[in-house]
Amino acid sequence: MEAELKEMLNDLENLKRSLPDPSLHSSIDELQLRVQHLTDLAKSAPVRRSKVKDMSAEVVDSNPYSRLMALQRMGIVANYERIREFSVAIVGIGGVGSVAAEMLTRCGVGRLLLYDYDKVELANMNRLFFRPEQVGMTKTDAAVQTLSDINPDVVLEAINLMNSPNGVGSELDLSYTLNITTVEGFETFMCSLKNKTFRPEKEGNGVDLVLSCVDNYEARMVVNQACNELNQTWMESGVSEDAVSGHIQLLIPGETACFACVPPLVVASGVDERTLKREGVCAASLPTTMGVVAGLLVQNTLKYLLKFGHVSRYLGYNALKDYFPTMEMKPNPQCPNAACLERQKEYILAKPAREAEAKAKMEAEALPTTETPLHADNEWNISVVDDSLPEGSSSQSSDTLPQGLVHELPAAEEYKHASTVEQPASSADDLDELRRQLEALNAV
Amino acid sequence: MEGWDKTTKSTLTQIPLLTTKAGPRDGAAWTQRLKEEYKALIAYTSMNKANDNDWFRISAANPEGTRWTGKCWYIHNLLKYEFDLQFDIPVTYPATAPELELPQLDGKTHKMYRGGKICLTVHFKPLWAKNCPRFGIAHALCLGLAPWLAAEIPILVDSGMIKHKDDVASSSES
Repeated sequence: MEAELKEMLNDLENLKRSLPDPSLHSSIDELQLRVQHLTDLAKSAPVRRSKVKDMSAEVVDSNPYSRLMALQRMGIVANYERIREFSVAIVGIGGVGSVAAEMLTRCGVGRLLLYDYDKVELANMNRLFFRPEQVGMTKTDAAVQTLSDINPDVVLEAINLMNSPNGVGSELDLSYTLNITTVEGFETFMCSLKNKTFRPEKEGNGVDLVLSCVDNYEARMVVNQACNELNQTWMESGVSEDAVSGHIQLLIPGETACFACVPPLVVASGVDERTLKREGVCAASLPTTMGVVAGLLVQNTLKYLLKFGHVSRYLGYNALKDYFPTMEMKPNPQCPNAACLERQKEYILAKPAREAEAKAKMEAEALPTTETPLHADNEWNISVVDDSLPEGSSSQSSDTLPQGLVHELPAAEEYKHASTVEQPASSADDLDELRRQLEALNAV
Repeated sequence: MEGWDKTTKSTLTQIPLLTTKAGPRDGAAWTQRLKEEYKALIAYTSMNKANDNDWFRISAANPEGTRWTGKCWYIHNLLKYEFDLQFDIPVTYPATAPELELPQLDGKTHKMYRGGKICLTVHFKPLWAKNCPRFGIAHALCLGLAPWLAAEIPILVDSGMIKHKDDVASSSES
């Protein structure tokens, strides 16, 4: 195409020279400019960049990582290149998950596992990431298409969790068609988190962090179940149905409250709830709120993985009032989730080791500083007061919530082991006999 | 339970409550739970028949009792509208309720999630959460599906979104 355009430019030049009437020259000049512009466009046609072996800090326009590696020079991150060792699983590639995936891809994360069962629709275009020409593709395929173009260094694994009629996953190409809330889907989900082919020497599971970007309570409870059983740290994210609030939450099995320890927390809208209309299940969504929540989620992810700054345990976002509540939640010793209780037990058992480690670290840091008074005289009796709160006071028990946070669901009421009224008709205690009884009723 | 009609309330109190808190991955405890599920379903079905209010059929579609299929129907203007009913028992059951599906109505109403899962968020889920693990499949049908059908089927019929099977047959013949 470039050669053809060049020929056209030459033809135009010849035409201009051969024309006796100079009044036509200006329109030929204009044509030449347009062809020149087309030539430039043709030159910028998509070229895929090749993979980069090592992250370089060299400041040149062609280095995709120069601005990220500058975080080391600025003293924010000690070793940015470690990001290439990390695997992050993103469950739900919707308004939040897709944007989180793009952010991590641009940051050069080592490996992303993407889970979704949905397809791209035109109704998704009010959010970021997906493009109209991707309508009809599975969200995982569309995401892999875009993300591999943006950064070919990231290892992308798409797991397409679709509802199949019998709930059993059947393998289609590289993607699975199942639902993580079913027994079979759950097993596949667990296996994919345990898979260590990316970094066989890694301790624990095959992933460093799981990000839950799903839009329903059932799926969150499934992610919670898997992470409790695998002792896997994860982050939960959510945007309210009215699109004006959201939250992120860090969940470390045994150390923080799990998703089943207390009924889920949501940010109160801050307006009279009775004025809010709730009809049908068509949730509202905004690219802004979803983008903000995805940004908060990935920021917390980067801080957690690369060990800088303070990693938030819970951060809410109320868009109507620009209010960001934070809190910490301790695990519930009566949590209904058995795996959570096991992790809590392990965490308590590991307490002495944890304290010894913290003490050793503190001593190592304190050693080189020899205490000498900074100022010999202190005429005004000025003293420096430690303004950090005593440990423990910042974490709240679950029933005292900070302003602006409410529970989404009630807690299970205490079960009274009252005299179970045994039905005379159902005295049979054999499963097959019970099944026959129900079938007999069904047959009538 | 405010806002529920008297019939639903009195029916509910007669469905036996469950005691075993177990999901499909809990082995023997799940078998015990399954027995309780059957007892509650048998009691509820018998009660409906006795009260001339029979409105569903449901049976386990696999030996593990993790997938259930059947039918449910609703009478509107003296005509019976029948639909396939199906659901899976989630791995986190009974902490989370089964997501009841009416696949034939998928895409016909916005009170439904993808795959024909009926929307139970407002009226049912808080009740389920409060009564875990005492509520089972029978309670989900009584408090989740029955009110949903009563609210949605008349609207779907009156708006022409669903047609009675006799009307469909006669219109295709003519």
